Amino acid sequence: MIDYDSLMNVTARDVPPSGIRKFFDIAAEMDEVISLSVGEPDFQTPWHVRNVGIESLQRGHTSYSPNRGFTALCREICSYYKRKFDLDYDFRTDVVVTVGGSEAIDLAIRTLVNPGDEVLVPQPSFVCYVPIAELTGAKVIPIVTTRENEFRITADELRKKITDRTKLLILPYPNNPTGAVMRRGHLEEIAQVLRGTNIMVLADEIYSELTYNGIPHVSFASIDGMKERTIVVNGFSKSYAMTGWRLGYALGPAPIIAVMTKVHQYAIMCAPTTSQYAAIEALRSGDGDIAGMRDEYDMRRRLIVSGFRKLGFDCFEPEGAFYIFPCIKNTGMSSDEFCERLLEKKHVAVVPGNAFGECGEGYIRVSYAYSTGHIKEALRRIRLFLKEENLM
Amino acid sequence: MDKILSVLKDNPRLSDSQIAAMVGLTEEEVGERIADFEKSGVICGYNTVIDWEKLEETEKVTAIIELKVTPRKDTGFESIAEEIMAFDEVESVNLMSGGYDFSVCVAGKTFQEIAMFVAKRLAPIDSVISTTTHFILKRYKQDGILISSDCEDERGADIL
Repeated sequence: MIDYDSLMNVTARDVPPSGIRKFFDIAAEMDEVISLSVGEPDFQTPWHVRNVGIESLQRGHTSYSPNRGFTALCREICSYYKRKFDLDYDFRTDVVVTVGGSEAIDLAIRTLVNPGDEVLVPQPSFVCYVPIAELTGAKVIPIVTTRENEFRITADELRKKITDRTKLLILPYPNNPTGAVMRRGHLEEIAQVLRGTNIMVLADEIYSELTYNGIPHVSFASIDGMKERTIVVNGFSKSYAMTGWRLGYALGPAPIIAVMTKVHQYAIMCAPTTSQYAAIEALRSGDGDIAGMRDEYDMRRRLIVSGFRKLGFDCFEPEGAFYIFPCIKNTGMSSDEFCERLLEKKHVAVVPGNAFGECGEGYIRVSYAYSTGHIKEALRRIRLFLKEENLM
Repeated sequence: MDKILSVLKDNPRLSDSQIAAMVGLTEEEVGERIADFEKSGVICGYNTVIDWEKLEETEKVTAIIELKVTPRKDTGFESIAEEIMAFDEVESVNLMSGGYDFSVCVAGKTFQEIAMFVAKRLAPIDSVISTTTHFILKRYKQDGILISSDCEDERGADIL
């Protein structure tokens, strides 16, 4: 009998599994579950985008693409960043097309981080930064963001965490799971701390198209002097409802993108060809689709924030992404208890906040990437749950 | 489109206060706007899409009837339409472009009942030249709502 545990890479073996997982497993066994746990759009990819993918297959475009992605797509990505954020990237040297934003995050961290380097990760945040950084041998330094600061990182908090080993700051805004947004002024403060250091920034802007209250996303790279130290990660999953196509990209300084492309080439070869054709169409003619989906998310956001507040929860008003992050401390339950009991009693699945970092304890993540009817039913069940638990 | 109408069209069972949250108005404002829409006839009524097939005790057959008519001298198609829509059996009446004039949706308990309705009520109407009856065998989508569909939520990635 082989002792597999002893054979595996120790870091990979010991990275904890995602905290979201166990709720999916329990929910999958239940009937009539209303889930508000998923982190992807409920929309389908716009038809004209799907159709271009289909046509590319019909025409027999089934081979690899260039490693860094089709030139036409690289051009469209750069022209999109120019159009949206007034940033100039060279499509020949400053962009690599990846398998989702996730691969771009992985590439950026693997390309920059040496064992022992410190990576600053604001939390609560998307669950992948910490394990990926740890797999490179980095030391992860969490930066706790709070409800009081509207889940933004502040210059003071950042300054406290910087040492001479600090290599990389992750800047995950608009934020999953809190929905927090860093406006230009907040980014300026962060930039001020970084000027004159050698710290690089990974700006995960995957939710850049999903901001509300008329506040457009500001790319960190567009802050004076920051482009040279920023790797921007973005993709098609959230903005164009293309999660299953697995397509994203990174933009950044040419020497770094060159090494990221080298790693990508050895590990992945290239992003899916069909998806790249579809993405070109999305960037060329998808603005209207984005606006339509954003309006719909915005109405659901208002409905669910007002619904949770009426149930007596302190609920931060998110300005981006498609999650709310209400505080459940007033129930006297831990995040895990709350989620387990709500699932068991009323078959409503939400995600405990501590899945996104220890500081998420006392909160839950609720996705509104669901139909209005679905959200309404979930709110009804949560109200019943609170009544039965004598919490309202 | 007016935001209230677009919300209401897809979610007629939301409360005024829920609609108010969604469109950024007060509950009172939403109530007033909806009352105005009803009064001015912009909102003509509220309908529930029901899959009758799922209720075993209910028998329901629906047919689309193509009518060719001769427009009347003074009133054209209007008075013919008025006669047709007066029948309780008639669910919808539309004046069409193309190969025939009216499309009439008729509901009844049995095929026989509808056939008799067409023969005894629609065909004899003055100005009706011909009728062609198409029975609906299965409904897939109505008023933008999918019927009898098994669209499961396939989303299930673990770490998002």
